[in-house]
Amino acid sequence: MSRLIRLDRTGHTELASWTAEDAEAQQAAIEAFRRELDEGMLASATLADGSAEVVRELPLDADLVVLRRPIAGG
Amino acid sequence: MEAGVLAEAAAMPWRRRASERTLAREGRIWTLWSIGVIVTFGLPAALLVWVQPLAFPVSAIFLGHAIAVLHLQARRGARGVKPMGDAVTRPEQTALGLLGDLVGHGERELLAESGLALQRGRLGAWLIGQEGAILIRPVGHRVHCFCVRVGEAGGLPPADRVAHLLLALREDEQGFATVANRNFSGAAWRLRPELPAGSRPALRRARAVARGSARN
Repeated sequence: MSRLIRLDRTGHTELASWTAEDAEAQQAAIEAFRRELDEGMLASATLADGSAEVVRELPLDADLVVLRRPIAGG
Repeated sequence: MEAGVLAEAAAMPWRRRASERTLAREGRIWTLWSIGVIVTFGLPAALLVWVQPLAFPVSAIFLGHAIAVLHLQARRGARGVKPMGDAVTRPEQTALGLLGDLVGHGERELLAESGLALQRGRLGAWLIGQEGAILIRPVGHRVHCFCVRVGEAGGLPPADRVAHLLLALREDEQGFATVANRNFSGAAWRLRPELPAGSRPALRRARAVARGSARN
């Protein structure tokens, strides 16, 4: 089961979850993903080696995609 | 935008991208600055004692001033990082749970103990807090303190702030160091006493990781 989550004031919110067989859930996840990017969020897909990758299209094969706000120098 | 480049770094084309070389250069500048502070206050202090030994107390004040300036610089670096406190409310606990998953089993205990997330990188070992990060360079002697935070963090639980920085760092380490503002660079022993007592084990662990990465 893959998950799309957004870091927010509740801790985090799960926006969508999908499996490889569920095309409907995938489409809903893609739409939720685009909506968040339009709102200015950035998406990060966690890779198997522990690093992360910036993504602009929802990687349907990723286990976890996290939406975060931009960072800035303090 | 180039693939793999942090979006925030790409939005700042005027900043030179951080690298091994730029960090080494910044480290040298900080060392020169520290020497400059010692010379500026130490030289008149020595001269004064040479001219009039009874003026020793005034010389001591001069030297004390130099030590205070160096101390304040290290303190500024340490305080900018802001470790997490205890997770009390539900959102704070939820955020901490996710952050624990992100850092993995090995670093979860250190995170709970110190309030800082440890991340291995190519530039060294990183300790990430709510509003900054400490980079311990390979070999573990020199640290760089960075001031970096979530742009609009209003209402975000502390662990979520750390998670934001951790993800950005994992996406593009050099980009992360480019976006962050510099607070302090110097010897790890100067930073250690300025950190909250609970966070010092994290520095020790990160130095060990940095030393390990230098050997590999």
